[in-house]
Amino acid sequence: MTRHIISIKDFDRRQIDRLLDNAKRIDAQKYDKTALNGKILATLFFEPSTRTRMSFEAAMARLGGTSISVGSVEACSMAKGETLADTIRVVSGYADAIVIRHPKEGAARLAAQFASVPVINAGDGAGQHPSQTLLDLYTIRQSMKLDGINLALIGDLRYGRTAHSLASALSLYHVKLHTISPTGLELPPALITELGEKGMEIIDHDEIKDIVKEVDVIYVTRIQRERFPDSASYFNVTSNYRITPELLESAKKHAIILHPLPRVDEIDPRVDRLPNAKYFEQSKNGVPVRMAMLMQVIQ
Amino acid sequence: MKKEENNEKEELLVRRIQNGTVIDHIAPGEALNVVKILGITGSTTESLSIATNVPSDQMGKKDIVKLSNRELSKEEVDRIALISPRATINIIRNYKVCEKKGVEVPELIEGLVRCPNPGCISNTNEPIRSRFVVTPKGLHCIYCEWVLTRDIPSHII
Repeated sequence: MTRHIISIKDFDRRQIDRLLDNAKRIDAQKYDKTALNGKILATLFFEPSTRTRMSFEAAMARLGGTSISVGSVEACSMAKGETLADTIRVVSGYADAIVIRHPKEGAARLAAQFASVPVINAGDGAGQHPSQTLLDLYTIRQSMKLDGINLALIGDLRYGRTAHSLASALSLYHVKLHTISPTGLELPPALITELGEKGMEIIDHDEIKDIVKEVDVIYVTRIQRERFPDSASYFNVTSNYRITPELLESAKKHAIILHPLPRVDEIDPRVDRLPNAKYFEQSKNGVPVRMAMLMQVIQ
Repeated sequence: MKKEENNEKEELLVRRIQNGTVIDHIAPGEALNVVKILGITGSTTESLSIATNVPSDQMGKKDIVKLSNRELSKEEVDRIALISPRATINIIRNYKVCEKKGVEVPELIEGLVRCPNPGCISNTNEPIRSRFVVTPKGLHCIYCEWVLTRDIPSHII
């Protein structure tokens, strides 16, 4: 029997809280630095990644373990036509856990089916990215309780997997969700229905300035240039969704700004100096949260 | 008595079979999809009769499928429930109904329906069959979490 982390929807509130509590203990240096001595983590990234991959490897190293990887996709057997199922069966023989990012949705679920060691999903296409969601929740929890907050989700809410996973997790915490997105990039209707059925209140707004005074968390996601027919319409749209110090003048004092990164133009660099800017802290939190995940699945 | 006569008339729309399966009370217009679900094609050997939109006391109109020399398994008949939950299955031996049963919606559908999500791993060359959990909302792909809510017949593999 192995335990996998594939989708945030597989978690209930108690399990999320327990994992975040463990991450907090780790953050306070209250953990065994040799906990995963002699253990090996295989990182299989079939799509580009900077933060997720490095923070998983850093997390493994901090716990005394080692990481192995295939390097680039071009260098691995899948380039020769090997199925993911076979790759996973082979890698299961080399490592004590596998972290996978893959362009196809459901790839991590398939990997879990064929692996004899635990699998952690580090993003599958437009699907799930549970470790990102857990570190998002952890970062919010550092500043405020999750229950009952007002959270604004801004940007590409249709294709952004971090937005979907986060919204699903927040539905466990009685959060009021405010959505602000360009036409055509709204939250998928099926997800809105699902969240509504869980009792989540979702309010759509045209512009962030309509709601900036009321929200406790502003979660910004990147709007991809390729979603628009030309650069002019991209810049025209994105300028309406940009977070600036001027906009934040009317925000609550304790409000925080989050972004899964990388950012392009969504957040004015001048915002970085404000105490509300928590996105680099959020990125750093990837290490203790992923350490808690690795300890949960490997030990 | 009158009902039996009616049934007899319906039965006569297509020839009685000696041995095999009669699928009755299929929702009108769904008989061809039932045949598709059962995997019966022009290249299979079964002798098949189909009646569509015949009068029915219970349903107003219904479809019937008769399949000679083949008794359907429970797994096969339960798949029919996806498109026609009121269908009944009659196993015929020597012109007599030996067994009569309804269809039950299965909890899991495997290898029957293609996931409509083109980005789903189940639509690649991986050695897996599509798998859907049947929920009140529709068919839930266990791989990509897509929920197929309508037009299930057009996604049958």
